[in-house]
Amino acid sequence: MQLGIKHTYLWLPLCLIFLGGAVVAGLMYGTVPLTAAELVDILFHPHSAGLKSTVVWQLRLPRVGLAALVGMALAVSGTVFQAVLRNPLADPYILGVSGGAALGAVLALTFFSAQSYAVPSLAFCGALSALLLVYLVARAHQAATHTLILAGVMVGSLCTAVLMFLLLYSPADPMRNALFWLAGNLARGEERWLPYGAGVCVILVLLLWSRAGLLDVFTQGEDVAADLGVDIGRERLFLFCAAGLLVAIAVALAGLVGFVGLVVPHAIRLLWGAGHTRLIPAAAIVGAGFLVGADALARTVLAPAEVPVGVVTALVGAPFFLYLLRLRGR
Amino acid sequence: MEARILEIQELDFSYRGKKVLRQISFGVEQGTILSIMGANGSGKSTLLRLLRGRLRPDSGSVWWGRTAAHRLSRREMALKVAVVPQQLQQPFGFQVREMVAMGRYIYQHPLAGPSRRDWKFVDEALTSTDSAHLATRCSAELSGGELQRVMLARALAQQAPVLMLDEATSQLDMGHKRSICLLLRDLGQHGKTIVQVSHDMNSAAEISDKILLLSPAGEQIAFGPPHEVLTAAHIEAAYGVQVDIERHSSTDGRTDILRFLPQPLSFGSAP
Repeated sequence: MQLGIKHTYLWLPLCLIFLGGAVVAGLMYGTVPLTAAELVDILFHPHSAGLKSTVVWQLRLPRVGLAALVGMALAVSGTVFQAVLRNPLADPYILGVSGGAALGAVLALTFFSAQSYAVPSLAFCGALSALLLVYLVARAHQAATHTLILAGVMVGSLCTAVLMFLLLYSPADPMRNALFWLAGNLARGEERWLPYGAGVCVILVLLLWSRAGLLDVFTQGEDVAADLGVDIGRERLFLFCAAGLLVAIAVALAGLVGFVGLVVPHAIRLLWGAGHTRLIPAAAIVGAGFLVGADALARTVLAPAEVPVGVVTALVGAPFFLYLLRLRGR
Repeated sequence: MEARILEIQELDFSYRGKKVLRQISFGVEQGTILSIMGANGSGKSTLLRLLRGRLRPDSGSVWWGRTAAHRLSRREMALKVAVVPQQLQQPFGFQVREMVAMGRYIYQHPLAGPSRRDWKFVDEALTSTDSAHLATRCSAELSGGELQRVMLARALAQQAPVLMLDEATSQLDMGHKRSICLLLRDLGQHGKTIVQVSHDMNSAAEISDKILLLSPAGEQIAFGPPHEVLTAAHIEAAYGVQVDIERHSSTDGRTDILRFLPQPLSFGSAP
């Protein structure tokens, strides 16, 4: 098979169509299903009264926005981890970075209020600590590929265990929170810092996009990247911090949603190659669409009850991970 | 005589307490081709890393002009030296053109992609390595030889005055190896300085101005023009193999061409 990588100009329209379709599905489906005509009518008359209008404007639209933000952050951070660690299996959830962020966020919730900026800040500290731990363990062993994944899974389990202990120990509404953090959920989003978090996410994605050339060079391994003129230590720190902050914001908003950062960049690489000039924006758009779609599914399958969105992404992502693992083992 | 751009003085290097290189001294003039030769494990690749400041010597020094190698930043070094690495796995598939454009990293503004000028160098480099037809192929689908040519194209696109090759033609077939050798000689004649690690004695002797021969213990057996360095005695010291050396005169009669023939396997195997 020598198809090469062609028709690269199609990436933007196709990605946008995917996102558009997911958003329409996210607005139409749920406990109260809408027809397409109803949806168009509601969207063009924002001030009309009625239950369905309220559902769309007050519930579904903010939720679709939140899902899009979290999906974008997770997909882009996964892309960055994969490039820097030179490992297509790296994903914030598998690497334990999400677990670290969740632990940080729950620590903040235990001692401060949910409104506080301490939540994303401690999530960021947790994400970076977990990443550092995994990176140092994997670096000690030169054969990084599987060591990295194992170290990540272990750090993730450790964080989840401490998290469970904290949740059961803390007095306030433990079971609801536990489910929220451990399986991922987009049902809330009343945080005062949400607009700032969204702004930071968008800026980080644009910043990472502008460093596409750097990410390309990192995929060649740190040794070759150094020969191509990269100040490895400084640039790696920048990329880890940027991706870690994206994960921290995503986890503080939605808990542990796994595999978005694995599935999305991989699918895009299959279509248009690994060049980050396309990969970063495509991953951002498709990641947003993927989580919006997964959330629509999570709200519909057991309606009126809701499945945590992390369950849906894991049902798609975990088999995909196993498939990739088998592919690489050959 | 051209100016020396690289000067190595009494360099010693050890790795985890084991001496890898001892008392290496030589100089490289601009526009010359130097081949570093020696058995597996004699420290050739390590020496290349020392030359570009990636490792620090225990004693002795590596001078780029008046600056010690380890004092140059990665960027400054990449402006001086482009490296064609040993074969490496490609976990991600890039378009070959994008892969070659990575060689232009140091020239790009940190917030912008390759410029039109960058792409011009990329396409030139692809053409000069016979790989223009690979431009839109996926790097993960390339054969070993194709990938080596693409790596060479990337190093050429970097437009550095010095080119370092670490066994960069090992995977090439006879025809492509020959065309790369011709390309290297041509580059040398146009002022590019080339430092290569090679196991191909015949082509190294033909294109190199200087040869550095290392012993298995990492000592310098000899340094100088090929016909002085590649003698039967030196080669036996380096590789433990006896060779017959044929000397031919080139058509213009000015240079000697050496041909090395290892003894047939049926000789010398019996005690």
